[in-house]
Amino acid sequence: MAVVTLNVNGQDVAVPAGASLLEATRAAAADVPTLCHLDGLNPVSSCRLCLVEVEGSNKLLPACSTAAAEGMVVHTHTPRLREYRRMAVELFFAEGNHVCAVCVANTHCELQDMAVTVGMDHSRFPYQYPQRSVDASHPQFTLDHNRCILCTRCVRVCDEIEGAHVWDIGSRGGQCHIVAGLDEPWGQVQACTSCGKCVEVCPTGALFRNTDTTAEKQPDASLPALLRSARDQHRWHNQ
Amino acid sequence: MTPSPPAAKLRLATVWLAGCSGCHMSFLDLDEFLFDLAEKVDVVFSPVGTDVKIYPENVDIALVEGAVANVDNLELALQVRERTALVISFGDCAVTANVPGLRNLLDGGHDGAKAVLERGYLELADATGQLPFAPGIVPELLPRVLPLHEVIPVDLYLPGCPPSAERIREAITPLLAGERPVMEGPAMLRFG
Repeated sequence: MAVVTLNVNGQDVAVPAGASLLEATRAAAADVPTLCHLDGLNPVSSCRLCLVEVEGSNKLLPACSTAAAEGMVVHTHTPRLREYRRMAVELFFAEGNHVCAVCVANTHCELQDMAVTVGMDHSRFPYQYPQRSVDASHPQFTLDHNRCILCTRCVRVCDEIEGAHVWDIGSRGGQCHIVAGLDEPWGQVQACTSCGKCVEVCPTGALFRNTDTTAEKQPDASLPALLRSARDQHRWHNQ
Repeated sequence: MTPSPPAAKLRLATVWLAGCSGCHMSFLDLDEFLFDLAEKVDVVFSPVGTDVKIYPENVDIALVEGAVANVDNLELALQVRERTALVISFGDCAVTANVPGLRNLLDGGHDGAKAVLERGYLELADATGQLPFAPGIVPELLPRVLPLHEVIPVDLYLPGCPPSAERIREAITPLLAGERPVMEGPAMLRFG
């Protein structure tokens, strides 16, 4: 097996050729935070939390979608990166309408956890209070755009794992939002199989089961990795 | 040999702006620690500890619960800043505007006060409904509910809805010894 050797935070690590920088940082036990990344789904580097410094590069690189290369010298937790990560999380909170205390995902929310990880004790950016809607047209699930951080995990799991491609991103810039089907009410999209994978992988309370109320959502984001290993390697978690 | 005079006690205030008082209830959940606290501080202003109506001068530490939602909240917040050495944003409403801030979503985010008043006092009222108007008596709502730090400089943030009694104790114990608490990790920082 071809390997590449690189240096992460002063530690030499060897990873299989084709591995991502994120996998290399994991091999070095460098805990690089991620929100949009999910094992089992293709990376999109939309959240920018996994940005790392690579010597010789004049820009920061997203670890999830950058290939590890021979001889790279990577820094994952410089003061600049820590500050940028905290700013990014503050911007997530300021950009949407995130009220942890009354959220279905309270205590099981990756954004809430990430605020702790990056040391966010308040937002230095004023809250935007955007006007967003709630799609409760599906008989089993609800999409609350107020809590969406546009990680696109739902888009990817539906396309790459379920093969239904119900979700997409509509509009541009600050108006970007998740759309179902051809920007229809979710409950009217016939392609939806009601499998619930999008709900399981959603890092916040944006997608949830109608039966869950405040702090009751308990998602299982390990689903895509499990299904992918089952399909690609015929390896099931109970074997 | 005469005992040395007791060291001057710190002057502690707790303030209740636009919040549900849950942070103060959590403060009272400190239980027997409140006895230890009482030996080290004089509570000079607090809805749960004194009957003082005017915020005093020369306060050392203030725990400020709640967002800034009306003109009374604003006036008191400014007094707190002027008369207090260390202001703590106490709980999610003070830190983020939290649930009181949800009215900022109404009326396109421009004047949530007008929208919420009309809903509460006119649309849901019987034929005799009217908007409250009593200048100087009923404080007027600000157009937008603000976190405390958007109104005055804040020295320490103590998030949580409410912050647990343990978190409050871990935050104020170092302050009593003149040190800053380390606000890191899920025990000290988590919102909600």
